Amino acid sequence: MSDQALHLSAAGPAPRSRAAARADRLRAMTAWALSAPAVILMALLLIGPVIGVVALSLTDYQLGAATLSYIGLDNYAEMFGDRVFHTALINTLLYVAVVVPGSVFLGLGIALLIESGTSGRALYRAIYFLPVMATLIAMAIVWEFMLHPQFGLINLALGRIGIPAQNWLTDGDLALWVLAAIGIWQAVGFNMVLFMAGLVSIPRFLYDAAEMDGVPGAWARFRLVTWPMLGPVTLFVVVITSIRSFQVFDTVHVLTKGGPNKATEVLLYTMYAEGFEFFRSGYAAAVTVVFLGFVLALTLVKIGVLDRKVHYS
Amino acid sequence: MTRRPAARHLLPAALRHLVLGLGAVIMLAPFVWMVSTSLKPAAEIFLDHIRLWPHQLAAAENYTTAVTRVPLLRFMLNGLIVTVTIFVIQVAVALPAAYALAKLRFRGRGLIFGAILFCLLIPPHAIAVPVFLLFHQLGILNSYAAMVVPFTISVFGIFLMRQFFLTVPDDLIDAARMDGYGEFAIVWRVMLPTAIPAITAFGIFSIVAHWNDYFWPLIVVNDQHLLTPPLGVVAFRNQEAGSDFGPLMAAATLIIAPLVIAFLFAQRRFIEGITLTGMK
Repeated sequence: MSDQALHLSAAGPAPRSRAAARADRLRAMTAWALSAPAVILMALLLIGPVIGVVALSLTDYQLGAATLSYIGLDNYAEMFGDRVFHTALINTLLYVAVVVPGSVFLGLGIALLIESGTSGRALYRAIYFLPVMATLIAMAIVWEFMLHPQFGLINLALGRIGIPAQNWLTDGDLALWVLAAIGIWQAVGFNMVLFMAGLVSIPRFLYDAAEMDGVPGAWARFRLVTWPMLGPVTLFVVVITSIRSFQVFDTVHVLTKGGPNKATEVLLYTMYAEGFEFFRSGYAAAVTVVFLGFVLALTLVKIGVLDRKVHYS
Repeated sequence: MTRRPAARHLLPAALRHLVLGLGAVIMLAPFVWMVSTSLKPAAEIFLDHIRLWPHQLAAAENYTTAVTRVPLLRFMLNGLIVTVTIFVIQVAVALPAAYALAKLRFRGRGLIFGAILFCLLIPPHAIAVPVFLLFHQLGILNSYAAMVVPFTISVFGIFLMRQFFLTVPDDLIDAARMDGYGEFAIVWRVMLPTAIPAITAFGIFSIVAHWNDYFWPLIVVNDQHLLTPPLGVVAFRNQEAGSDFGPLMAAATLIIAPLVIAFLFAQRRFIEGITLTGMK
C-alpha cells in the first residue's frame, strides 16, 4: 500500500498527465472514428446538396447542357412573374389551409370520442390509423376508382340520395378539394394518435379537482381542463400537419398531374415537372428554395413548440 | 333510482358508437371497396348499383393477372431489398455516432451535434435536384444504389439513438471497459442490444417511410426491373389505361398487404413507434 503511494509520488504529476493526455487523444480519435461515417455522409448527402440547391438556383443550368453561367436572381424573377408558379403557391396554401384544420379538428374529435368510453378503443384506434400505414400511392389509385364518374362507388352512393354524378378529378372547381379530402382521410389517424398521447398525459387529479369545484357537464370539463392542457400538443400537431401538407405530391402526380388547367398544380409538382421532366435544374432549384423556406419557417416554429412542450412537462 | 343513471350513460355510449362507427365506415370504405373489387369479374365491376360480395368470384383470375402482367412480385422484392438495405445501413452509421455523441467527450462534439440538428430541418424533397445531378455525374442513376444511397444517413436516427443512450447508465459502459472491451466492441456488443427498443421504433418508421416512398424512386429509376411497389402499381395502372379494375385493385391490395398485416398484428408497437419517431 505505502509502496504504491511512494511509487506514485515518486513518478510525479508530469508523466501521469502525459499518459492522461494520450488517453484523451486516443479517446477523441476513437470518437471521431465512430462518428466519421455519419459526418462524411451528412456532408455529402445533406449539407452539400442544400448549399448546392441554393447555388444552382442562381444559374441557368439545364441537365445535358455543356455549360452553365451565373445569372443572379433571374430564376427568381422569372418564377415570381410566372402564372404557373403563382397558381402552385396559392393551391399549396389552399391545400394546407383545408387539410390542417380538417385533420386536426377531426383528429381531436375522434381521440376525445374514443377515450370517452372503454368499449372498442383498440378497434377504433386501429381503423382510424390504418390509412397512415397504407401505401398512399396504392390508396390514391383506389380513390381514383371510387371517384370514377360512371361506376365509382361515390357517384353510385350519391345517386341513391339524388345527388347528380360529378367528374371529381377532371372538374377544375372540385379537383383540389377532392385531393384535400384524401389528404385529410390520410392524416387524421396520425393526429388522433398524437392527441391520444396528449390526453393520457393529463393528470387525473385535475378532473377530480374540477368535479370537487362543481364544474358541471362534459363540455365545461373539456373547456376548463382538457383544452388548455392540450394546448401545446395542439400547436405541435398543427405545425407538423402543416409541414406534411406542404409536401403534397403523390396524389397530385398520379391523380391529376396538376390539372385540369393547373387547378391542382402545387409547389412540389412544379419543382418535379421543371427539374425532372424539362430538366431545367436551375429553375427547379429556385422553386425548391422557396419550398425550403416555407418548410424551414414551419420547422423553426415546431422547434419552438417542442421546447415549450419540454418545459411544460 | 338505479335505472336512471344507467339510462343516462347508455345514450352517450350509443351516440359514441354511432359517430365513431360512421367515421370508421368512411375510413375503411377504400380498403373494403379495393378488396371487394379485387374479387369481382369485370362484368360485376361495371354495375350501376353497389354490391359488396360478388355473385361470381374472380379472385384467382384477378390476382394471377396482377402478379403476371407486370412483375409485381419482383417489385415487392425490390421494395424489400431497398427498405432493408436502407435500414441496416442507417443503423450501422447512426449507432456508433449516437454512442460517441452521448457517451464520449471530445473536441468537435458540439459541432457535430449542431450539424445534426441543422440537418433535421432539411426535407428530403429539398435536396432532390442536386443529388440527382450528382448521381447523374457518377452514372449511378437507375440502380439500387441510387435508391439507397441518399437515405444511408438518417440524422433523425442518430438523434433518436443519442437521446436513448443518454438514459443508459455510464456504469454499464465502465464495466464493459473494465472487462477489456474497446470502444468499437462496446458499440456493437453492449450498446446495440441495449438499444433494441429504440432501434425497433426507428425501424418501423424507416421501413414504413421507404416502402411507401414514391417521390425519390420516381425520379431516379425507370428500368422496369428496378421499380418499387408504389411505382409498380402506377405502372400497372398506366399499362391498363384504367380499364381492368379487378386486377388493378388486386395489385393495390398486394402492395399495401405487408405493412397492413404487420400493423394489424403489432398495432400497439407500430403506433408507439410511429408517434415516437414520426415527430419529424
